[in-house]
Amino acid sequence: MPDLTSDIYVFILAAFLGLEVIKRVSPLLHTPLMSLTNAISAISVVAAIELAGARHTTLSTVLGTLAVTAAFANVVGGFMITDRMLKMFKKRGPRP
Amino acid sequence: MIALAESISGPQEARITSAFVTATYVLAAALFVLALKWLSAPSTARRGNLAGQIGMAAAIVGTLLQHQIISYEWIVLGLIAGTLIGAPMAIWMPMTAVPQRTALSHAFGAMAAALVGSAHYYLFDLKTAPPGPVVMGFLCLEVLLGALTFTGSMMAFGKLQELLPTRPLVYPHQNIFNLGLLGTAIICGAALTAHPQSSWLFPILVLLALVFGVLLILPIGGADMPTVIALLNSYAGLSASMMGFVLNSKLLIIAGALDGASGFILSIIMCRAMNRSFTNVLFGAFGQIQESSAAASEKKTVRSAGTEEVAQILEAARSVIVIPGYGMAVAQAQHKVRELYDQLARRGVDVKFAIHPVAGRMPGHMNVLLAEAEIPYDRLIEMDEINGEFPQCDVALVIGANDVVNPAARHDKSSPIYGMPILNADRAKTVIAIKRSMKPGFAGIDNELYTLDRTLMLFGDAKAVLAATAKELAENGT
Repeated sequence: MPDLTSDIYVFILAAFLGLEVIKRVSPLLHTPLMSLTNAISAISVVAAIELAGARHTTLSTVLGTLAVTAAFANVVGGFMITDRMLKMFKKRGPRP
Repeated sequence: MIALAESISGPQEARITSAFVTATYVLAAALFVLALKWLSAPSTARRGNLAGQIGMAAAIVGTLLQHQIISYEWIVLGLIAGTLIGAPMAIWMPMTAVPQRTALSHAFGAMAAALVGSAHYYLFDLKTAPPGPVVMGFLCLEVLLGALTFTGSMMAFGKLQELLPTRPLVYPHQNIFNLGLLGTAIICGAALTAHPQSSWLFPILVLLALVFGVLLILPIGGADMPTVIALLNSYAGLSASMMGFVLNSKLLIIAGALDGASGFILSIIMCRAMNRSFTNVLFGAFGQIQESSAAASEKKTVRSAGTEEVAQILEAARSVIVIPGYGMAVAQAQHKVRELYDQLARRGVDVKFAIHPVAGRMPGHMNVLLAEAEIPYDRLIEMDEINGEFPQCDVALVIGANDVVNPAARHDKSSPIYGMPILNADRAKTVIAIKRSMKPGFAGIDNELYTLDRTLMLFGDAKAVLAATAKELAENGT
């Protein structure tokens, strides 16, 4: 299993990069941060797509389709709600 | 690329698409990191979200073009169903319901991981080519984390939506029982890793993980929700990362690790803001009510005021610090807060908002609500920055916050919240607290702030009394 080593390197580097980058996110934006990372980790939709489209067995197609649904709901919902929230953050509110 | 699929596909003609797919995945990984980097400040944050969307679109298009995908009808069905679930929630859901939506999205993400992991397990040819221990180990972790996060997040959703009782549910030997259950699940996973052929163990592993997720959240009260949501976020990310290990997909590993890291940092911030440890949040069952301290302060008197008096006090103030809490979210009062803010700002009163990290039910909850009401974000000040300003502040206006302003956290060693960093509202010259009744807050602890000489209670629904106060101010003219 030669790829395991490189996978572990990738995981560790990504985790440290994540910790460093996310530490700098202003607490102001912690809710959008959560919805954005949630949308990003819904990248598991690609694995689900491969299951749903490869026609291995009925079981794998059914589970794959359900997984595509669940993950893609997060992709669509996650990015949309993040944008909806970020649009609201304004430095100066409109004066009445 | 994805190892499982590759073994089935033809080798030669696939090279070009394969290189293209790899390129889209590398692009996606880079854009995901940039997305989080740009999220660091409100001015670049929307660009970050866009980067995330482009990365996601690239990876999905790349995947769809892969040669081993031979039928699209089920994929399209899933994509349409996902859109129909995700989009309406994002468009029409009120901002006060963001914690619930977040819990639900953790559940979806974790469910996808558990389903994909299960499908891969049943795709293995266990008799002739069983998976190696490494693949099987990661697959068990993926399914374990996915399944327990799924039910755990559904429970959190139920509690936040108040479909389930929000008080912690405790029973004797709860922690030992829960840990025993988790231990059994881990033993099942270890046995499967050693003998992938023992397929009867697999449903047991899934079932144990599902039950553990439910039991893990039962003893969690609403005040601990911010930590728990962040922790579930971390687990959901890790399960996606584990999926990446199973499939040998670097993109999944990276995206999952970023999500896992984000949840981890947020849960640490939340724990620190409550002066508690992870284990204490998960196994401590907050809200085992302190009977003694509640009884002791029963006799103290409370001064209450009407909206007219409050309007006069606010009008005369030079500086006001508003402390929003979960009560503001429940009453949907953020727009009325804004009306009051406008009235005061017009009179030249310096109005700031003090944000405690665990105010509300998820990290950043108050900021989003106040931003929704179009309060400029430079008025929203973090706890550590604003705490020094309270002694010079004329009025601290507490709106539906309770434990985060309870002075007992500073001096009463018997209080369950002792040691928790609080907003020093009690040091302001006058304190006005809006509250529905004198019932104790979520942690079931009496708040001595309400019985101070300088404190005025304004009883009623936050939305109604804020509207009335803003109206008083408007009628008094400028």
